[in-house]
Amino acid sequence: MMMTSSPRRPLVPLVRVLSLLAAGLTALLTLFLIGYILLQGLPHLSWELVSTSPSYISQRVGILPDLLNTLYITLTTLLFVLPLGVGAAVYLTEYASSRRLAGAIEYAAEALAGIPSIIYGLVGMLLFSNTLGTSLMAGALTLVIMNLPTIMRNTQESLKTVPQSYREGAFGLGAGKWRVIRTVVLPNCLEGVVTGCILSVGRILGESAALLFTAGFAHTANDFFTALSSPGATLTVALYVYAKEQGEFGAAFAIAAILMLLALAINLLATLSAKFFQRRNAS
Amino acid sequence: MNQPVITVQDLNLWYGQSQALRSVSIQIPDRAITALIGPSGCGKSTFLKTLDRMNDLIPSVRVEGQVLYQGQDIFQTDVNQLRREIGMVFQKPNPFPMSIYDNVAYGPRTHGTRDKKTLDQLVERALRDAAIWDEVKDRLKKNALSLSGGQQQRLCIARALAVQPRVLLMDEPTSALDPISTSRIEDLVLSLKEHYAIVMVTHNMQQALRVSDQTAFFLLGELIEFGETGTLFSQPRDKRTEDYITGRFG
Repeated sequence: MMMTSSPRRPLVPLVRVLSLLAAGLTALLTLFLIGYILLQGLPHLSWELVSTSPSYISQRVGILPDLLNTLYITLTTLLFVLPLGVGAAVYLTEYASSRRLAGAIEYAAEALAGIPSIIYGLVGMLLFSNTLGTSLMAGALTLVIMNLPTIMRNTQESLKTVPQSYREGAFGLGAGKWRVIRTVVLPNCLEGVVTGCILSVGRILGESAALLFTAGFAHTANDFFTALSSPGATLTVALYVYAKEQGEFGAAFAIAAILMLLALAINLLATLSAKFFQRRNAS
Repeated sequence: MNQPVITVQDLNLWYGQSQALRSVSIQIPDRAITALIGPSGCGKSTFLKTLDRMNDLIPSVRVEGQVLYQGQDIFQTDVNQLRREIGMVFQKPNPFPMSIYDNVAYGPRTHGTRDKKTLDQLVERALRDAAIWDEVKDRLKKNALSLSGGQQQRLCIARALAVQPRVLLMDEPTSALDPISTSRIEDLVLSLKEHYAIVMVTHNMQQALRVSDQTAFFLLGELIEFGETGTLFSQPRDKRTEDYITGRFG
């Protein structure tokens, strides 16, 4: 027997126990957090809460405007960021002839992804809120910049997995570049676009810092177009306002519970879509 | 020898700094099968890809010399029109991940055929000509990737035929297939030469002997010898051709 290994041996069970402890603690913390929020939030969740606007006169708290604002801002952001991000990815992967330029853009996108969101808020306020006014539109445009790298990088990774032989096959039949991209390349990178979308929706739902600066705090239920030009709080911003400024912890936890359920739903959606594409690729 | 459909004059090609083709001159006859043979890296695939300008996809490629298709300089004609007339079948079967029908209809649709009836007819004829109609006629809507390798390759041939080309380029079309599929493709190629000029790269000497009318032997980017297949294999004029076909290198 080698003597070198024996003094290390007592460590083995210890490492085992410690790692088990770490894993257990992680699971426990997650479950506690989810449980605590649902327990605190669900009792306050009522049809009245989610279907009315708040009123100081009748001392009612309602989060319908915040729900609508969240929906509006998510849709608007996707509407802008999808063509922009997918377009950029297509250009970089399919068209760009200068590797150096493409590399520089990719590097910039990576850097963009790592910037703290409050900085986006600050810049968004100066760029968009100063020109469009504090509004959901200003908030959405800020979120567009924030989510651009996510959509772009996911699409790009997906584009790179489309076999070159598909492109050659289509070119060989006399198809032009754009037709090849539209009919053969893009349909096969749907997975990346969808993944990017799901990740982005998750990020948009969870974003507060950037929106505090740009989209404002109003709780008025508006139609889509009025909402875009008016200030409005999303769920996360409303949560902050209710908890920090009005002491309405019931409403805050109710919102937290809703956000939590949405986050779980998005995770589920991501898993389901991955499964769907796996099956589609296999068949 | 039939009328030439493609005439190549003094063709030189570089990948960046390295020269892949050296002063190649050759005439590809119509309605006949021309085999390109030679060891790996000899330039035969590069030569094939020059004929329908697939090399355009590689940025570092530079070409000198003249390639005439039906008397027209291919570097001056519209590349999409050229590739419609000069079809390509690749080494590995590469059907698109869509239905069998859509694969074959892809070319005609690309070139503006929208009418359902016309498309149906074109698809059926192409699949019949590629000797795969009976196997797939009941499942045209099924994904093409569900077919076997040999069937996929015949589907790719059908896909190339559907745009009604004049010339068919084949880059080792059977190298990824089993012997039975290979012999079916060979039979198919033989039947196709009634209507098309076929240029086929192959690593397999027997295959060249079995199917081709003319054979061109490439070595290190040069066309060493070109002539009637039977003569080239039985009485090669060049020592290097003889060495290669008798298996002394390659």
